[in-house]
Amino acid sequence: MIELKNVSKTFTTGKKKVEALKDVSLKINKGEIYGVIGFSGAGKSTLIRCANLLERPTEGEVFIDGIDLTKLKKWQLRKARGKIGMIFQHFNLLSTATVYENVARPLKLSKVPKHEIKERVDKYLKIVGLDEKKNVYPAQLSGGQKQRVAIARALAQEPEVLLSDEATSALDPNTTSSILELLLRVNKELGITIFLITHELDVIQRICDRVGVMHHGELVEEGSVIDVFTKPQHPQTRKFVFDDANFQVPDSVKKGLSATGRLVSLTFIGEASNEPFLAAITKKFEVVPSILAGGIDQLKASSVGKLLIHLQGDPAEVEKAISYLESQQVTVEEVAS
Amino acid sequence: MIEFWTEWGTDITEAFWQTLLMTGISLAISIVIGLPLGILLVMTRKGGQAENRVFYSIVNTIINVIRSIPFIILLFLLLPLTRALVGTTIGVEGVILPLVVYTAPYIARLMESALLEVNKGVIEAYESMGISTTKIIWSVIIREARSTMILGLTIATIGLIGATAMAGLVGAGGLGDLAYQYGHLRFEPVVMYVVIIILIILVQAMQTFGNVLARRLRKD
Repeated sequence: MIELKNVSKTFTTGKKKVEALKDVSLKINKGEIYGVIGFSGAGKSTLIRCANLLERPTEGEVFIDGIDLTKLKKWQLRKARGKIGMIFQHFNLLSTATVYENVARPLKLSKVPKHEIKERVDKYLKIVGLDEKKNVYPAQLSGGQKQRVAIARALAQEPEVLLSDEATSALDPNTTSSILELLLRVNKELGITIFLITHELDVIQRICDRVGVMHHGELVEEGSVIDVFTKPQHPQTRKFVFDDANFQVPDSVKKGLSATGRLVSLTFIGEASNEPFLAAITKKFEVVPSILAGGIDQLKASSVGKLLIHLQGDPAEVEKAISYLESQQVTVEEVAS
Repeated sequence: MIEFWTEWGTDITEAFWQTLLMTGISLAISIVIGLPLGILLVMTRKGGQAENRVFYSIVNTIINVIRSIPFIILLFLLLPLTRALVGTTIGVEGVILPLVVYTAPYIARLMESALLEVNKGVIEAYESMGISTTKIIWSVIIREARSTMILGLTIATIGLIGATAMAGLVGAGGLGDLAYQYGHLRFEPVVMYVVIIILIILVQAMQTFGNVLARRLRKD
């Protein structure tokens, strides 16, 4: 549905050259929710803006539904953009127009027939749950409500793809949840492919099918959310995943513990989280595990459990216990002290 | 009071209408020139929708040059040009050109700054929906800037009323002329005071009208 091929973007200001994107390629399938995560400055915002050519790549091609946007003439690009909705961190609504007008105006400007405009605006304001606020101005709405108007505005174009540029970053956690729910519904019920960027791990966990990790303008890792979460490869990905799962155990505590045994983190996926692995290894091997911290993350497709444990005992026995855990589809990671 | 009015009433009324006429005509022409110029400045500046360095720096410099010349000097400087273009340099017709030359660049600047205040994100959102630049200018940028534009035009109008008073010096008529000719040269201070009071009321009314209109257009 969306394909970026060897996309690079260099910004030149005076003599300074900044490579915001370096040869990024990615493919997003029809109907999926694909998220790109990265710290600020990683180039993710430039990346998503390349998907509808708000930012023209210095090199590379951008395909939406098989059409290379970079080869289109101005008027063709305008037409193609009608298929690509976009929402933003700061909502970007007309402050001088009511909720209704905010959704209706772009339709009017795109020459949608009058009776159809009213139908569509009513329909999509209902979907986002704002049909009661039709005649209110944006200044009287909360952040979450403003984002709902922006979503209704994007949906009213009846796009096939929705781009979300940090759409929840300016919202509080509760509001973020409700907006994520809405995006999930939009994806399921309207079948709209969603491409989003975020710096919040939570967003990726809760609604994305696949994830890409950006670092210094490069896409350093990509895969299904479960794979990337349970077996992160790139150091940057590990930073995201483990920052979240490291349970904030103080370094001094870790140091003391690694002197008396091995400190490992265990990751279980789905059903495996219910198995009593720790009891099993105590019985089978001469090891004494103690739990330091733990938690379960609910991903879109499955749940992932994480435990930080300390294994004491004869090194050979500990090694055997670890191999046993690995044979049971548990991911074991040595934790650096 | 009644005596004063029978003596000066017709002169004052006539001068008042002349002032309004001068202000109205030059304001209208200045808006017709200044508003598009302001839009062009915003579009051709760096990062604008139709970035064009050459155009921008030329227009920008011309505006700055004209804005550096005090109106009273501009008035005399333009005399030959006015004579060539309009055929006369006196009366209301004679003063429209200098008033427009004075006001249009000012309005262009005021419009430029009002338009620049519009949230870039909203413009981008409309670009992302495939709306053409022309439509974005009318339906997004100008719409969002209306309130600030009205305030800017109010400032320009008041400046213009002041300028028309100076235009009295070249025999353009109007309240300024009346105050100068009679109040100053023929020593009739009461005429001058009355003119001042009328000007104060006029300016107050303009400002209030501008503020109210701007507030009604503003929704945040």
